[in-house]
Amino acid sequence: MSGELILRLDDVSRVHGEGATAVRALAGVTMDVHAGELVAVMGPSGSGKSTLLNVAGGLDAPTGGRVFIAGWCIGDLKGDALARLRRRRVGFVFQDLNLIPSLTAIENVALPLELDGRRVREARRMARAALQLVSVPELADRFPDKMSGGQQQRVAIARALVGDRRLVLADEPTGALDSHTGEEVLRVLRERCDAGAAGLLVTHEARHAAWADRVIFLRDGVIVDSTGTSAVAETLLGAAVV
Amino acid sequence: MSVKSALLALLAQEPTYGARLRAEFEARTGGTWPLNVGQVYTTVARLERDGLVKAAGAADEEGRISYRLTEAGRREVAQWWLSPVDRDSAPRDELAIKLALAVTVPGVDVRQVVQTQRTATLRHLQDLTRLKKHAGDQAPDGAGGADIAWLLVLENLIFSAEAEVRWLDHVEAMLAREASEPRRHRMDVPVASDDITLGRTAR
Ligand SMILES: Nc1ncnc2c1ncn2[C@@H]1O[C@H](COP(=O)(O)OP(=O)(O)OP(=O)(O)O)[C@@H](O)[C@H]1O
Ligand SMILES: [Mg+2]
Repeated sequence: MSGELILRLDDVSRVHGEGATAVRALAGVTMDVHAGELVAVMGPSGSGKSTLLNVAGGLDAPTGGRVFIAGWCIGDLKGDALARLRRRRVGFVFQDLNLIPSLTAIENVALPLELDGRRVREARRMARAALQLVSVPELADRFPDKMSGGQQQRVAIARALVGDRRLVLADEPTGALDSHTGEEVLRVLRERCDAGAAGLLVTHEARHAAWADRVIFLRDGVIVDSTGTSAVAETLLGAAVV
Repeated sequence: MSVKSALLALLAQEPTYGARLRAEFEARTGGTWPLNVGQVYTTVARLERDGLVKAAGAADEEGRISYRLTEAGRREVAQWWLSPVDRDSAPRDELAIKLALAVTVPGVDVRQVVQTQRTATLRHLQDLTRLKKHAGDQAPDGAGGADIAWLLVLENLIFSAEAEVRWLDHVEAMLAREASEPRRHRMDVPVASDDITLGRTAR
């Protein structure tokens, strides 16, 4: 990948809880995601996929290793600065409850910009452009409960990528959708990455993961394999044989 | 796959000669199951022998003979469309056999076998998805018949690959469960006995 490095996880670990009840959700995960790249994460339930995504987006702090977003080591940032970096650079898309029910589509998309201190008019203009990019400009004034699941996810992707945000982290974004609509959402995500965004997608559906440039497999918090023909895969294979 | 039935179905549409039959077959299935010319000619010869097709006239200036369906051939095609494809005679699946052996032959790291296959199948699925994206980009709406034929063949391959991954996930989960609470009597099964399969599935 020749695009700019957007996300780097360097030997990241995350232990939930302490003592006897401690759960090691991530153990030494190292990976990069570049602009233009969509990376899918697969693995059994409890393998650490959501933890990986939350740590990558700065919603959760690693207990070991370092996370870089757009070149910033998020562990070095103080609370405010981290919140600002997240608002400006990172967008999340979840399985559901993505949109604020009392706001229209365009208000939802504009919200992170307004929170970041943009003038309302400018935020709206950028939000409109983002809705255009995901091909649903006509939904601008609609409330979430008047949209289909697929439409809501498109709006969520628009919000994730509005303005200068280039990193979209999606946790089972197609989970609640039928397979056709799910695929539409994947197409939009793929398109946005082709246009220069960086995406990290958690999914348990192989047909959705297959839209990614690279699929990594987690097991017990460790990357056990990847479809990338990178040195990593070779090394893992070598290690497994020994 | 019944090449015979497919060629009959193509000939039902219009009489044609061997090389065109082959080209038509490949165009409609996106070249997924390439036929060689020899296979087409021997199949057509067999169809003629069985009275299902006959020459539609003399050879053209390039020496090509077109074939058309006989009445019996038409009935055969109609019958083919009406009958389900036989799924009882399961084709030998190398992967299923391989894993069945992996769980029974000592010293095999089954999880690694599963993971290696899953990664390979995912890679295959990525290739298919790229082809589908490409096909979709080129003909977004109102795609012609040939494009739809190709897309549905692609979808068929995607569904199969997807099913394989799901099956591998399932196998992995089964093995994990087995490891955490091994079934009783597992190793007590008399290996020489005929009912080894029964013994393995009994709790
Ligand atoms: N807040 C928490 N406190 C304690 N343990 C946690 C917490 N969050 C996650 N875990 C544990 O960490 C491990 C990884 O959880 P995670 O949610 O990342 O898995 P996942 O791969 O997303 O699973 P699923 O496919 O079910 O969503 C699990 O064992 C889980 O129980
Ligand atoms: Mg999860």
